[in-house]
Amino acid sequence: MGFFSKIKEGLAKTRDAFMGKVESIISFGRKIDEEFYEELEEALIMADVGVNTVMEIMDELRSEVKKRKLTQAEELRPVLQEKLAELMGTEQEGLKMAPDGQLTVILFVGVNGVGKTTTIGKLAHRFKSEGKKVILAAGDTFRAGAIEQLEVWGERAGVDVIKQSAGSDPAAVIYDGLAAARARKADVLLCDTAGRLQNKSNLMDELNKVYRVIKREVPDAPHEVLLVLDATTGQNALQQAKLFGASAGVTGIVLTKLDGTAKGGIVIAIRKELELPVKFVGLGEKMDDLQPFAPQEFVSALFTGNDTEDSE
Amino acid sequence: MVFEGLANRLQDTFNRLRGKGKLSESDVTEAMREVRLALLEADVNFKVVKDFVAKVKERAVGQEVLQSLTPGQHVIKIVNEELTALMGGEQSKLAVSAKAPTVYMMVGLQGAGKTTHTAKLARLLHKDRKKPLLVACDIYRPAAIKQLQVLGEQLDVPVFSLGNEVSPVEIARQAMEHAKSHGHDYVLIDTAGRLHIDEALMDELKQIKATVQPHEILLVVDAMTGQDAVNVAESFNSQLDVTGAILTKLDGDTRGGAALSIRAVTGTPIKYAGIGEKIDAIEPFHPDRMASRILGMGDVLTLIEKAQATIDKDKALDLERKMRNADFTLEDFLDQLQQVKQLGPLDQIMGMLPGMNKMKGMQNVNVDDKQIGRVEAIIRSMTPGERTEPSVINSSRRKRIAAGSGTSVQEVNRLLKQFEDMQKMMKQFSGMAKKMKGKKGKGGFKLPFMP
Repeated sequence: MGFFSKIKEGLAKTRDAFMGKVESIISFGRKIDEEFYEELEEALIMADVGVNTVMEIMDELRSEVKKRKLTQAEELRPVLQEKLAELMGTEQEGLKMAPDGQLTVILFVGVNGVGKTTTIGKLAHRFKSEGKKVILAAGDTFRAGAIEQLEVWGERAGVDVIKQSAGSDPAAVIYDGLAAARARKADVLLCDTAGRLQNKSNLMDELNKVYRVIKREVPDAPHEVLLVLDATTGQNALQQAKLFGASAGVTGIVLTKLDGTAKGGIVIAIRKELELPVKFVGLGEKMDDLQPFAPQEFVSALFTGNDTEDSE
Repeated sequence: MVFEGLANRLQDTFNRLRGKGKLSESDVTEAMREVRLALLEADVNFKVVKDFVAKVKERAVGQEVLQSLTPGQHVIKIVNEELTALMGGEQSKLAVSAKAPTVYMMVGLQGAGKTTHTAKLARLLHKDRKKPLLVACDIYRPAAIKQLQVLGEQLDVPVFSLGNEVSPVEIARQAMEHAKSHGHDYVLIDTAGRLHIDEALMDELKQIKATVQPHEILLVVDAMTGQDAVNVAESFNSQLDVTGAILTKLDGDTRGGAALSIRAVTGTPIKYAGIGEKIDAIEPFHPDRMASRILGMGDVLTLIEKAQATIDKDKALDLERKMRNADFTLEDFLDQLQQVKQLGPLDQIMGMLPGMNKMKGMQNVNVDDKQIGRVEAIIRSMTPGERTEPSVINSSRRKRIAAGSGTSVQEVNRLLKQFEDMQKMMKQFSGMAKKMKGKKGKGGFKLPFMP
């Protein structure tokens, strides 16, 4: 299954909830008036786009309407699509990898319960099926069962897991992981960390130490620091991205649990307010349910009408 | 700042309205726009906000402004009252069956914190001299059973598991038998996280429910959830008749608007709040306090209650008085440091103080427990006289204190300076707590024990 159909499938519900709403507001053959703006604003807010971002989008839409002298709501559809596409960027942003033959280190960070370990498992599978040698470092030494969870994923993907006992220093585990990855000539090292709330400064310091160890041990590493974000998260996601960015130099987002309801919006807010690209989306619990994020396709998938869906 | 308190925002709006006798419709409309934005920023569901704003507006227009209040304060009062009413008013306890065992079933999305909170509840029961049984029905997530087992071991509470090959319904059935034959008076069932739209897995929950006839079905919800909280709560509720909710990760810096959404849409009370990763980080949910949190009014009550649980009552009253009146000496401060250390991590305590979220610089404040030790050493190197009257500490005394405590004169200076600042800050707090004066906090306050 290709990216497009996969993401379409996963996003079907999102589209129904979000754009379904927008569609019904727009294509009613109605005039553009205050009530119309209000309903559109409501739909965007309901999708977790965030008040500030919505206000800005609405302002831009209003000025476009004036400039282009639009009166019918339907004429606004391409304008809205354009705006969202603009916000989301146009290029699909792949992972930054080390040159061939050198070790790529990817660090995963995020609050509790967003799916860091699961994402690592899926990504390990992905790299492995590309023929790369992958090693996982079990840096979540805090949560009960976290190491075992990563081990299960390691087994499923058929890759090695470097671990120490629960409660040990995460930076030391990551250091071991780096050493093992070099000794075993691995292509990719995926570093798990314990979930932590971004306002716990002691835990953020601990994370910063992990980050510094990687930076010190491997030149140019970590090549990516991925903030794993639960798609159901509301406005707090922005705060997460800011503070994790400050202590661990986040370079991209993995948006997980996108197979639920009503949650396209946060992606737009993140991109706009933090300029962090979304690199992967999680669309389910299976091994291959992690897909690269393609902004353009994401936006068009959001806007695809029912007719195309029927023809598939 | 995204997380600016509503009270603060309203203040700005209402500065213009000062001195009017009655709330006019235009006053209220303008104020309600701010209320609406603040609630949306706090992730309260759009529809809930809409209803809420309409209701408050109706009530507020035309009201006589109480003499002691400004119009702004009056609207805040109404908003706070309505918000508390919406949150459910009274604190709601867990049901207990007359005939043992009492069965609680935990449900929710992936990553909400079901397993952790199942264990936290077990700890509360265990502490209460009950005999809970933990049941591992999450057979899907790798190592979920292991996680529950590790937690059970820490608590010395048995965990019932049949591995991950047996269906959760069967595990639940056998667990009930096991509980009965082994004299457990509580059964806590951990289930796998699932999407509310996953029909097959929701059916499984229905079957477990039919099998064990739980007395409580607790929906575990992440406090950071956005607009979708409504869909999740609605869906779990319509399929399972949820009896209560547990709001987790409330120790983060989210405003927790999801609480309001869940309550408003399902009518289900929130019974507990998760406030940390440690196994004792759970507390009864107080709707009225949550209302103040969403409004940005801090949580003095929780702090005082926490102090009572940890410190004996007289001392707690003393602490309360001192926090409110801001009349303490370094001697009292030392005494408090000892007690505060027992309350829990300092950053948590800070979050409960009103006004903290308003003050610039407070969000990123580093509260380091180790610093307390140094501060203690410095204060202990002072004479009793110096502790009650720090102004007598001249430079030769400073040198002596520094030498005595193994610190430097700079550190002593810093402590004294910051103690002075703290006294000022406490005065502000007590002012705010008493009267919502809403004065903007001066930027860059520091606690005395911070470098």
